[in-house]
Amino acid sequence: MIRLEKRPQPSATMSWATPLLAVVATMIFGGALFAALGKDPIEAILTIFWEPLFGEFSFFYRPQLLIKGAPLVLIAIGLALGFKAGIWNIGAEGQYIVGAICGAGAGLAFYPTESIFIFPLMILAGALGGCLWALIPGFLKVRFGTNEILVSLMLVYVAEQLLASMSLGLLKNPEGFGFPGSRNLQQYPSAHNAEIITNTGMHWGVVAALIAVIFSYVLLTRHRLGFAIRVTGEAPRAAKFGGVNPARLILFCLGMSGLLAGLAGMFEVAGPSGQISIDFNVGYGFTAIIVAFLGRLNPLGIVAAGLLMALTYIGGDIAQSQLGLPAAAIQVFQGMLLFFLLALDVLTNYRVRFGTGEVA
Amino acid sequence: MDLSAINPILLIAAMIAASTPILLAAIGELVVERAGVLNLGVEGMMITGAVCGFIITVNTGSPTVGFIAAAVGGAVLSLLFAFLTQVALANQVASGLALTLFGLGLSALMGQSYVGIKPPRTEATPLGPLADIPVIGPIVFGHDMIVYLGLAIVAATWATLKFTRVGLVLRAVGENHDAAHALGYKVKRIRTAAIFFGGACAGLGGAYISLIRVPQWTEGMTAGVGWIALALVVFASWKPWRVLLGAYLFGGITQLQLNLQGAGVAIPVEYLAMSPYIVTIIVLVILSSDKSRAPGSLGRTFHASG
Amino acid sequence: MTTPLLSLSGLTKAYPGVVANDTVSFEIGVGEIHALLGENGAGKSTLVKMIYGLVKPDSGLMKMHGDDFAPVDPRAARAAGVGMVFQHFSLFDALSVAENIALGMEAPPPMATLASRISEVSENYGLPLSPDRTVGDLSAGERQRVEIIRCLLQDPKLLIMDEPTSVLTPQEVDILFETLRKLKAEGTAILYISHKLEEIRALCDAATILRGGKNVGTCVPRDTSAREMAELMVGSTLATPKGAAHATGDVMLSVTGLSAASPSAFGMALKDISFEVQAGEVLGIGGVAGNGQDELLGVLSGELPCIPGMVQFQGRDLSGIGPEERRGLGVLAAPEERLGHAAAPDMSLTENAMLTGMAREKLSKGGMLNWARARDFAERIIADFDVRTPGPHNAARSLSGGNLQKFVIGREVLQRPEVLVVNQPTWGVDAAAAASIRQALLDLAAGGTALVIISQDLDELMEISDRFAALNEGRLSAPVPTAGLDVEQIGLMLGGAHGMEVAHV
Repeated sequence: MIRLEKRPQPSATMSWATPLLAVVATMIFGGALFAALGKDPIEAILTIFWEPLFGEFSFFYRPQLLIKGAPLVLIAIGLALGFKAGIWNIGAEGQYIVGAICGAGAGLAFYPTESIFIFPLMILAGALGGCLWALIPGFLKVRFGTNEILVSLMLVYVAEQLLASMSLGLLKNPEGFGFPGSRNLQQYPSAHNAEIITNTGMHWGVVAALIAVIFSYVLLTRHRLGFAIRVTGEAPRAAKFGGVNPARLILFCLGMSGLLAGLAGMFEVAGPSGQISIDFNVGYGFTAIIVAFLGRLNPLGIVAAGLLMALTYIGGDIAQSQLGLPAAAIQVFQGMLLFFLLALDVLTNYRVRFGTGEVA
Repeated sequence: MDLSAINPILLIAAMIAASTPILLAAIGELVVERAGVLNLGVEGMMITGAVCGFIITVNTGSPTVGFIAAAVGGAVLSLLFAFLTQVALANQVASGLALTLFGLGLSALMGQSYVGIKPPRTEATPLGPLADIPVIGPIVFGHDMIVYLGLAIVAATWATLKFTRVGLVLRAVGENHDAAHALGYKVKRIRTAAIFFGGACAGLGGAYISLIRVPQWTEGMTAGVGWIALALVVFASWKPWRVLLGAYLFGGITQLQLNLQGAGVAIPVEYLAMSPYIVTIIVLVILSSDKSRAPGSLGRTFHASG
Repeated sequence: MTTPLLSLSGLTKAYPGVVANDTVSFEIGVGEIHALLGENGAGKSTLVKMIYGLVKPDSGLMKMHGDDFAPVDPRAARAAGVGMVFQHFSLFDALSVAENIALGMEAPPPMATLASRISEVSENYGLPLSPDRTVGDLSAGERQRVEIIRCLLQDPKLLIMDEPTSVLTPQEVDILFETLRKLKAEGTAILYISHKLEEIRALCDAATILRGGKNVGTCVPRDTSAREMAELMVGSTLATPKGAAHATGDVMLSVTGLSAASPSAFGMALKDISFEVQAGEVLGIGGVAGNGQDELLGVLSGELPCIPGMVQFQGRDLSGIGPEERRGLGVLAAPEERLGHAAAPDMSLTENAMLTGMAREKLSKGGMLNWARARDFAERIIADFDVRTPGPHNAARSLSGGNLQKFVIGREVLQRPEVLVVNQPTWGVDAAAAASIRQALLDLAAGGTALVIISQDLDELMEISDRFAALNEGRLSAPVPTAGLDVEQIGLMLGGAHGMEVAHV
């Protein structure tokens, strides 16, 4: 008989070993999945994890790592703050969309005026839009005790409809021959989130992500607000006893995660994507949930996890074109990773014992 | 705009049909939550049920077999959640999210060669002349068997929870798992069974969308119905008959906005399409004040410390 | 001698790092009230869990009526005629009395039949209880009756009672003892777990004393003095805390007409509470748990809101001032629940020191935290209060109950509060640690701190408080000087108007 025995305190070794074990387990089971789809599992895994970094065309793929990784890290950093405190914002996808709409809208309002103030203004608008969108569930939770999980998620669907409405209406390119979608911000220099160093993938979103990582690291380890977040997640009553104001904390965590998701959306629409369109969002807001957990809600862990997830996106694209691996297989692969992580996480807090024990 | 194109009798009949997926998913989740488990993976189990039911129906030609397959599909997926939360003691919120993300990917993968196919029609239940009664006929007796099955499950759930020993034990486990354990009840086993039932119901609900409501397969076609079902359980204060009421309300709004879209009302389609989600939020706000009905152990991990 | 009802021989159960029971043997006769005596952590709970089938012994043998008895689960134990009334009632708040009882039975009759049998048994044994009431609305004494009736409905041969009087008023204790004597007369054996010696001397026929997991002696309580039993139980003589004659000073804390709703559904609202505490004074507040203790502590610590003017510190209104700022002023508190309320279980002692020490110990500056200072503070608490732990980096939950209690009390005491409110300072703590905690509190009062001690342990309150008040159904009796109070008077204060009805049935 196998049974679990609670450790007197969480194992530090296991807490960093489990994400690695989860990645290995996912590769094994993912490989089996690819084999079941009739692909050579070794080749598929290599294509996903090796090609983008060291393959023939890695010069093209490596910058993609930053481009895809930055929004994931940016969003996941914000989500992790809330998750640590037991505040579940799972509507980052919606905040990402609204941030993009607000950011693009602020820029396009000035078209075609050129000014150095336009881009900073867009950043502000994107951050504010995402922040306010996330404060809706925050406010409702504080004021009425409404479940933030459901409200933030419902707002994703609302945001998606809003996005469709914007691409077909208000923000539609007047010179777009009637096609849905806004003007391309890449062709509007004042609003373009261009690469800071050419061919590196390094754009302002990457800078923002790095700042967010440092900010959240300092916040969580050195600042009383970060301490309040951690205590609230561990023991909400103890936090209240310690003097944490739960309402303010909820608003901070949701507002901050919305702000970062909004920023991610804004940098995406002004840079790599270029325009507001119906299919602008590709699920970064949901994948960032996996990133946050895989990174153990730790800022540095999130950087590693974000890059890994970006890798699976890029590698997945390559595998799709080279091996005909379906795009959905990558989605399953990512979902599997979260599963294994959660399942293996038990080892951090419990010891597995074999042999007879207590009557269950 | 032509509102007269909306036939009130057909509208009501369609509302009942529209509410069935939500009803099935919500009544399953209600049982799960009454056992003290919060499974946020309803959306993932629904979409898995939708694709399983679709594939099997297309291949066998029998919607009945398809629906059974959908229930099995949803239930099997739910066992992953049961494993994570009951065996590996993982956080229920995170595990539910994982289930949804995984289910969305898995269903897309399974269904990729089925996009654009029309499934065999699911026939209305042969109730003979009853269906020909004016007004009442199409509203009450003109439906397929799943609509009636949904109602039967609600009634059975209500009776089981209220009158039977099984129901009492299930509620006890959800109220206070430590006390139930102290009395010698198998908390994890009972919860796993509840999760399994919830998965089967969600699977059925999903297949109702892909086989009857739409009917065809597209990725992510459940479009948040699973999440609305979760909201509905809160709305219903964990009471079966109130789930039915809530499902009709939400199904009604969904159907009404579709009909308004069809009738060409001067509100942009996107804003009509938002309405079910916004109504869900509003309802949650109104009903959140009364949390006292929530099962005492809801969402808490159980581990017997000996 | 006839075959005993239950005989235990050589029962041993070890957990990682601790032997909970070490070759324990004793016998319980038919119709005997047998006391199991010992301090917290002596192994009483583990022993009865083995008899009740919740824990399996590593070795040893149990026999019932001479036959082997090895219950695999509580169900098997119940089938064999063992009933158990838990210290922490295993009840379901949202369910009715009848439903709760049905859950504890193997094959319950239909609800209507069950309800009438409940009424019948409750009448027979003088335990009034209505089967339709929701358990969450019952008082602690009534909840205990649910458990007892649940057991009685199955005609147990052996009834195990774990610290049954710890939640009862003196009058309710009398009712319970009547019931137990009646059961004994009918041939039911009772295994009675307690650490209250006078109670055991009044009730029990035999006593087995556990210390450190071992059976250190069996005696006949009526023929043994409380002192002898206490020394067997503790293994050494104890120092009783000494309070200096308190020179009381200015009014530090005043509460006037305090009413506040409870944040939880089955909590108790506070109704019109008034008292004052002077510098250097100890006010003891007694009462059975669930009568508003948590709520009172919450309002005083600043966790729960109150209306302006109701709570004042040195004449300054405290409404709208949160726990953190109150600490800055010098108003500190220590809640009852150690894990999850007073301390975050999975966080280190350093982090838990930071939790309440931030303001007064200057552990943060401009929002930035000084972890080095927090660790020093934690180390000081560990040293001054003899907290047994490898170091401040250990998680709070890794400490034993007594050690963690010393830590959370020490954390507040070392901050030199002006006012300190403590709920259950020595709950679940062994006698030696309890004595040192009480001494620390008395020393604090001697230094001029105003203390409010909320406790269910009347002996403790009599020992350390200058004045005493009783909390009942959210109302507080007028505080009276402790000197000269007797148990009967306290009982009446604790019972309050509502308790009296119950007491006279």
